[in-house]
Amino acid sequence: MKLNIIVLAKQVPDTRNVGGDAMNADGTINRAALPAIFNPEDLNALEQALRLKEEHPGSRITVLTMGPQRAADILREALYRGADEAVLLSDRAFAGADTLATSYALAAAIKKIGSCDIVLCGRQAIDGDTAQVGPQVAQQLGIPQVTYARRIVSLQDGHITVERGIENGVETVKAPLPLLLTVDGAAAECRPQNVYRMLRFHRAATPTEQAAEGFRYSAQVAADEALTIKEWTLADVGGDALRCGLSGSPTKVRKVENIVFQAKESKRYTASDEDIKSLVGELLSNHTIG
Amino acid sequence: MNYYTDNKKVLRHYLSHPLMKRIVAMQERGYTQAAQYNYAPVDFDEAVEGYEKVLELVGELCAEVIAPNAMEVEKEGPVLENGRVVYAPATQRNLDLFRKAGLMGISLPREYGGLNFPRTVFILIEDIVSRADAAFGNLWGLQDCAETIHNFGSEEQRRRYLPRISAGETMSMDLTEPDAGSDLQSVRLKAAYSEEDGCWYLDGVKRFITNGDADVHLVLARSEEGSVDGRGLSLFIVEKECGGIHIRRIEEKMGIHGSPTCEIVFKHARAELCGSRRMGLIKYVMALMNGARLGIATQSVGLAQAAYNEANTFAHSRKQFGKEIINFAPVYEIVGTMKARLDAARSLLYETSRNVDMAGQFTALAAGRPLTPEERSESKLFAKKADALTPIVKGIGSEIANLNAYDCVQVHGGSGYMRDYVCERLYRDARITSIYEGTTQLQVVAAIRYATSGFYSQLLDEYMAIEVPETLVPLRDRIAAMLENYRSAVERVQSFGCQESLDLLSRRIYEMAAYCIMAALLLADAAADEELFAASLHRFVALAEALVAGHATYVAGYTPEMIKNYDK
Repeated sequence: MKLNIIVLAKQVPDTRNVGGDAMNADGTINRAALPAIFNPEDLNALEQALRLKEEHPGSRITVLTMGPQRAADILREALYRGADEAVLLSDRAFAGADTLATSYALAAAIKKIGSCDIVLCGRQAIDGDTAQVGPQVAQQLGIPQVTYARRIVSLQDGHITVERGIENGVETVKAPLPLLLTVDGAAAECRPQNVYRMLRFHRAATPTEQAAEGFRYSAQVAADEALTIKEWTLADVGGDALRCGLSGSPTKVRKVENIVFQAKESKRYTASDEDIKSLVGELLSNHTIG
Repeated sequence: MNYYTDNKKVLRHYLSHPLMKRIVAMQERGYTQAAQYNYAPVDFDEAVEGYEKVLELVGELCAEVIAPNAMEVEKEGPVLENGRVVYAPATQRNLDLFRKAGLMGISLPREYGGLNFPRTVFILIEDIVSRADAAFGNLWGLQDCAETIHNFGSEEQRRRYLPRISAGETMSMDLTEPDAGSDLQSVRLKAAYSEEDGCWYLDGVKRFITNGDADVHLVLARSEEGSVDGRGLSLFIVEKECGGIHIRRIEEKMGIHGSPTCEIVFKHARAELCGSRRMGLIKYVMALMNGARLGIATQSVGLAQAAYNEANTFAHSRKQFGKEIINFAPVYEIVGTMKARLDAARSLLYETSRNVDMAGQFTALAAGRPLTPEERSESKLFAKKADALTPIVKGIGSEIANLNAYDCVQVHGGSGYMRDYVCERLYRDARITSIYEGTTQLQVVAAIRYATSGFYSQLLDEYMAIEVPETLVPLRDRIAAMLENYRSAVERVQSFGCQESLDLLSRRIYEMAAYCIMAALLLADAAADEELFAASLHRFVALAEALVAGHATYVAGYTPEMIKNYDK
């Protein structure tokens, strides 16, 4: 069965290697100090999509992101890793969106892409860590969702069987298509960028980028449809402006605090029963656990 | 971490050398492939942009995966199971990663599924990979053997084998035997043609074969029954899947544990001839070895870089007497010397690589149309420079890798002697570089004729005839004085008219030539980018000056009667 697969991706500041200059004095993120990267769990989602495509030849993977023009960088990266098509949802009207407004806009774009069998996205982004966008998109689309997916066991007869992480283990669930999966970091790592695809798709650009001065690959883009990254505005996806961006966002940030963890002295425990017992006792007595 | 971006200025300097424009244009046949292959560049700028993107990806994969895996690769190593080599799981993961990334057919033409990158860009990639893990570098770097099938095999063989190599099948070159190491003319492995089956069969034993259980083997074998020298040897292609290849043993080595070194028993192994009979050693293996030597030189530079980085990082973090040890002169003298040697060796590596590249470009051009007389003479000169520089960079590059590895351990002090630090592995891994693919002593033998013919001297005149900024003039003058020392030494050695004296002094002459050449090349680099190279140049000239003067003294004090003082 040929599948239409949509992968939702987000460009995020790399919060994994945070230095002292990561936050501005006003508590906002200093984006200049943190490189913009493909949200790690969205890469896990892309890998699941690529595996589905391998098992179901003829399937098509579209990667969708909402963000400013520079977010096209992660769309190109998705193309290098094996995605077939990329869509950038970009409009001033989307700016300042919380998770609700974001999921509204993404759902509108997914409807515009058309028939879709499975939507994959990362469990959460490393900047906001809310894990809300995936579930909200499923809700807006009115399709089932399976969260914390780790492995797709099988997909046949219109149903998917998925292993998902739960607190103390793994459960296997079966659900009908179409559906949305959020994939967590315990799933398989994404395959590397492929240099053959990189040498081809580094020319891929949004219409805005193609129109910019200094764009060198107009002839190639004209000859190869795959080299155009689709770029949609609010009007293109036919959404309600009031439900987008700041005006569509009920979340209000009251206060941001900059917390610095104080370094504490370290202790060494061996693997002996005695040491482990003493560690557990200590953790219980200071209420870290229990 | 990224092993390209953290050393980008230096590596980019070689990527943007003026000769690269010509190399890339020839490699791309005047940029005519873009219409046929969607990943072919349309012009020089796009080609270089593509190389940089690939280097950046390689740098990331090496820093994030290959280097962190190196310890596990080394500890587990390959194992022998039922006559087959099973790679360590981490090695297998590395190979899978590079296959998926499309990095297995770097310099093969696009028609055979390759990236069609020029030799010099392949070397840049190999430089980065070797820095991460020299043992993995071996397995990956053996893709270079495909060049031999490309250059000397039939079109049918090219079509059959090369796409498989591009897709990630591994290769080996099976030359050495128990009684044929440096002396390959003594190879005995028997090749017999079967009229009935219309193919060749191989029987015998090969020893010390890197990646000896490869998918595709190039095997040197005696096809002419009763012959005793190199003219009776031919080169064969053998596929693992055709059977007849049994691995008898994986050697336990001092270093590069992740790279299986095998003893292979060929039992009636089906083989096909590559190229013409009797040309195996005298033509194909000579070409193959030159390529492999440049590969080891690259591995050496990668190791020298890794050793410098480890030492430098350690010296900046280790505190004694209340401050980081890099602040003590005896320590920063070592670290600074390591960097100077590294920069000099790398400068020589890329000069060699550009000449090998250009020589290869002309060979490829000549396959399509006759060369003009100007092209012919240019082609000859590039080939001669390539032949003259390859034994220098292989020999001296590998010695420098060892010097840097030694110094790296020294900077670490007691910690460096422990298994916990990377430097201890580098020390063991580096040791093989001055042995395999021809010992340093054999490199001296290959190089010495270019000293006695005056070719190195002529080359040095060419290197020295560049414009340098005012600030570098004193250094140029010092290099010019070194050159005079070198020339007098060569003259004196020749004045004896005694072959044994020449043989005895050849190592000194070779090193003098090498250090003069490296100094002159580093001068050119510093002239192009003073900020990046001037400090290294200063340190290197001081080193080279002392070495050349020392060797000059050695030669000046020598007389042929002294031969009797050596025990034989």
